[in-house]
Amino acid sequence: MVRGYEVVIGLETHAELSTNSKIYCDCKNQFGLEVNSQVCPICMGMPGALPTLNETVVDYAIKMGHALNCNINRVCKQDRKNYFYPDLPKAYQISQAEVPLCENGYVDILVDGEERRIGITRIHIEEDAGKLLHSDKFDGCSLVDLNRCGVPLIEIVSEPDMRSSAEAKAYLETLKSILQYLDICDCKMQEGSIRCDVNVSVHKPGEPMGTRSEMKNVNSFSAAVRGIDFEVNRQIDILENGGTIDQETRRWDDVKGESVSMRSKEDAQDYRYFPEPDLLTIVVDKDRVNNLKAEIPELPNAKILRYVKEYNLPQKEATFIAESVELAKLFDDCLAKDKYPAKSYSVWLLGDLVKYLNETGKNLSDTMINADNLTELVGLIENKTISNAGGKKIFAVILKEAKDVNKLVDELGLAQVSDIGLLEKIANEVLAANEKSVNDFKNGKTNALGFLVGQCMKASKGKANPGMMKEIISKKLEEI
Amino acid sequence: MELFERNAYELSDMLKNKEISSVELTKSVFERINSVEDKVNAYVTLNEENALKTAEQIDEKRANGESLSALAGIPIGIKDNISTKGLRTTCSSRMLENYVPPFNATVMNKLEDAGVVVTGKLNMDEFAMGSSTETSYFKPTCNPHALDRIPGGSSGGSAAAVAACEAVVSLGSDTGGSIRQPASYCGVVGLKPTYGAVSRFGLVAFASSLDQIGPIGKCVKDVAMVQSAINGRDNMDATSACREYTDLSANLKADVKGLRIGLPKEYFGEGIDNEVKTSVLNAVKELEKQGAVVKEISLPSTDYALSAYYIISSAEASSNLARFDGVRYGYRTENYDSLIDMYEKTRSEGFGDEVKRRIMLGTFVLSSGFYDAYYGKAKLLQRRISEEFNSAFKDIDVIAAPTVPTTAFKIGENIGDPLKMYATDICTVTVNIAGLPAVSVPCGNDSNKLPVGLQLIGNKFTEQALLNTAYAYEKTAGGFIMPKL
Repeated sequence: MVRGYEVVIGLETHAELSTNSKIYCDCKNQFGLEVNSQVCPICMGMPGALPTLNETVVDYAIKMGHALNCNINRVCKQDRKNYFYPDLPKAYQISQAEVPLCENGYVDILVDGEERRIGITRIHIEEDAGKLLHSDKFDGCSLVDLNRCGVPLIEIVSEPDMRSSAEAKAYLETLKSILQYLDICDCKMQEGSIRCDVNVSVHKPGEPMGTRSEMKNVNSFSAAVRGIDFEVNRQIDILENGGTIDQETRRWDDVKGESVSMRSKEDAQDYRYFPEPDLLTIVVDKDRVNNLKAEIPELPNAKILRYVKEYNLPQKEATFIAESVELAKLFDDCLAKDKYPAKSYSVWLLGDLVKYLNETGKNLSDTMINADNLTELVGLIENKTISNAGGKKIFAVILKEAKDVNKLVDELGLAQVSDIGLLEKIANEVLAANEKSVNDFKNGKTNALGFLVGQCMKASKGKANPGMMKEIISKKLEEI
Repeated sequence: MELFERNAYELSDMLKNKEISSVELTKSVFERINSVEDKVNAYVTLNEENALKTAEQIDEKRANGESLSALAGIPIGIKDNISTKGLRTTCSSRMLENYVPPFNATVMNKLEDAGVVVTGKLNMDEFAMGSSTETSYFKPTCNPHALDRIPGGSSGGSAAAVAACEAVVSLGSDTGGSIRQPASYCGVVGLKPTYGAVSRFGLVAFASSLDQIGPIGKCVKDVAMVQSAINGRDNMDATSACREYTDLSANLKADVKGLRIGLPKEYFGEGIDNEVKTSVLNAVKELEKQGAVVKEISLPSTDYALSAYYIISSAEASSNLARFDGVRYGYRTENYDSLIDMYEKTRSEGFGDEVKRRIMLGTFVLSSGFYDAYYGKAKLLQRRISEEFNSAFKDIDVIAAPTVPTTAFKIGENIGDPLKMYATDICTVTVNIAGLPAVSVPCGNDSNKLPVGLQLIGNKFTEQALLNTAYAYEKTAGGFIMPKL
């Protein structure tokens, strides 16, 4: 609810698929290469050139369909969407109109610890257009780069199920992590691999849905949040002033932080969709659909829920681990051993490990950490053979070297002293040498206890079992 | 007999036996072009220098004992909507007046591999839209049998060039009759292959679901030879058929014993000229004499075929021709003050009236609110027409009909009346709508000495049976008549 209005949001998300070649020709599908270097008569729409479908695109789209719990339409067509624009060489985009490859799905997302289910209307395949280049250097002309023409896209259309910009953001982040898990999109926002159009309307609770506006040119998740918040307030302002909302297409200007009208409903283009006669009907057999389903791993949104529900991890931590394919695998492998609590692992993953990876720019696979040595390390701490501090020393070694954890305990001299006689001897010496602190404690300054324990640890060169040490000191202070 | 007058299969043997060289043959054809092209106007672009170069290379290869295909060294003309790498491909339009393709159509790669000699690019109706070659931006082509008459269209240049012996054989394209109709008017043989038999890659699209490239020749055997060279599965064309393609000319047999021929009454009714009807029925009688069994059949939806055809073909054309926008290649208007202004002026100036008419028609029938009433219904009719053919082919092998309702009309006679012009396609469009193969073979003349064509229609991929039937007729009663030029 915003200012007494319920907000209704639906998203159309375009994701570029990371296939080797383009959707209808053999040109390389790669970002950032020299302008107009990845083109051929087919993606340039030369007269007489014909498209042939890259079947990997169908596979990738079906995988996303499975991941978003969609029905897969095993028989579907491709259609032409006709419009003139200089970045569209054929003057039509090959897309899917009536029957998409996937439809009627859903995705579960977590927003502030609450689970929400967002309906997926459809996922269809289509080709990307080129890019216009504008510059003062071009002498009043605009130039066109056709490298992106024919880059495969899936368009994921959600139901109008989101109720806040935070939900929209969570939805987009969930889609992104799923695309990454499936390894079908490189998800580089700055390269435009994921783009979205936002549909927004507002209405008073209990009243019918409001008129929606569609906002284009939303190029990042944070821009989606800003755009939605702006649009919601713009619509409410109009309604509060007794106005009505026009059904229109607007353009989000993220620099100015405002949306501007592009065209009204009356000016809406008639795309004159009709079945693409140059391509055959797509027919996917049952085995192919099932085999693709079998390739889908447990997805990050499901993992997050599991980590939160089964292991009581905070949502933020669960999300952090789940959204990294490597971290999640390590975490799951450790938990599969069913030896120690999840949190005794997550502290390492979220602490020293992530710190190291961030500092060095390395991947987990570049380190020597695995579920076996991490579990051994956690075990040594859990059974108090070594201290946390000792654990950190061992961890620093096994990040880089394939060394045996137990041997490292000896090598680094990290075994904790748990011999009561020895600990008592240390305690007596420390208490004798720190009479002032003992008196402070007696006079009610309880933090003197910490100081005294610290002195004991120092005297033991860090090897004393800190828990036992504290117990002994406390007892002795009371006896004095 | 001059070399240019001879059939491809005869010339092929003469070349193989080294009685003649390809250079001699090519020179003979270009001499013929030089002497009659002024009257016929079959070519948009001549390719003499390269043709002689190719002919020399082929002769050299032959002298070296290399094994060559049957078509090696044979001069062939190409319709100007088939992309030829490095050779201007205009579609007879101002829009592509200076367009030189950077790639070859698949059929051109096949023909180059076969060692043919390309004489040049042949005139046509602009973007293959028309039935008379009068909509060409450059010039109308004349019928070699009567120079004041049209050669038919849209492959008018392809048929006229073969009839005038300005090419030994040629390639045309057929979307609603554009090979068969001009072949009929010009007294030559034209084959529209089964949809999917010949790759469309590199054929500048008019109506993608109907277009098909095919051969035109003076005799059935020549057509069979060329068809065998160009057909086959092509991975560059998703609609090309994946199947075995046998050698049509090696298997050619003048044998119709027991062949069941159907005469659809709808193709002999109102609007069909009596002399045409008589010639066609006489041809069928000849086949009957040779052992064919003839029966009357009915294809009731034929009456709606023309409407369905003009809706489907125009709808696809409106989308296919949208790429000619002045942005990347082809014509662009001189002065404009905005993007939209550039589009409008470029397309207004670059396209002729007939093309604009079809683009408007096609845009209309696909528009929101009209789609179901027009395009949707036309697609339903397409299915029904196909079903009627399917059920007819349960009882018969080949359908015989006129190719065109009349013989060639005068230049200018119909150009002002699009509906009358469209009606000349009445006997041919059903074949494209159903994706079937059909051949037009000369079957005599009318009283004006104008050629009449017998159209033979078969079920999908029955090109061999069609050509065998045409061959049987040609051998006993038909054959090419040399026009007096």
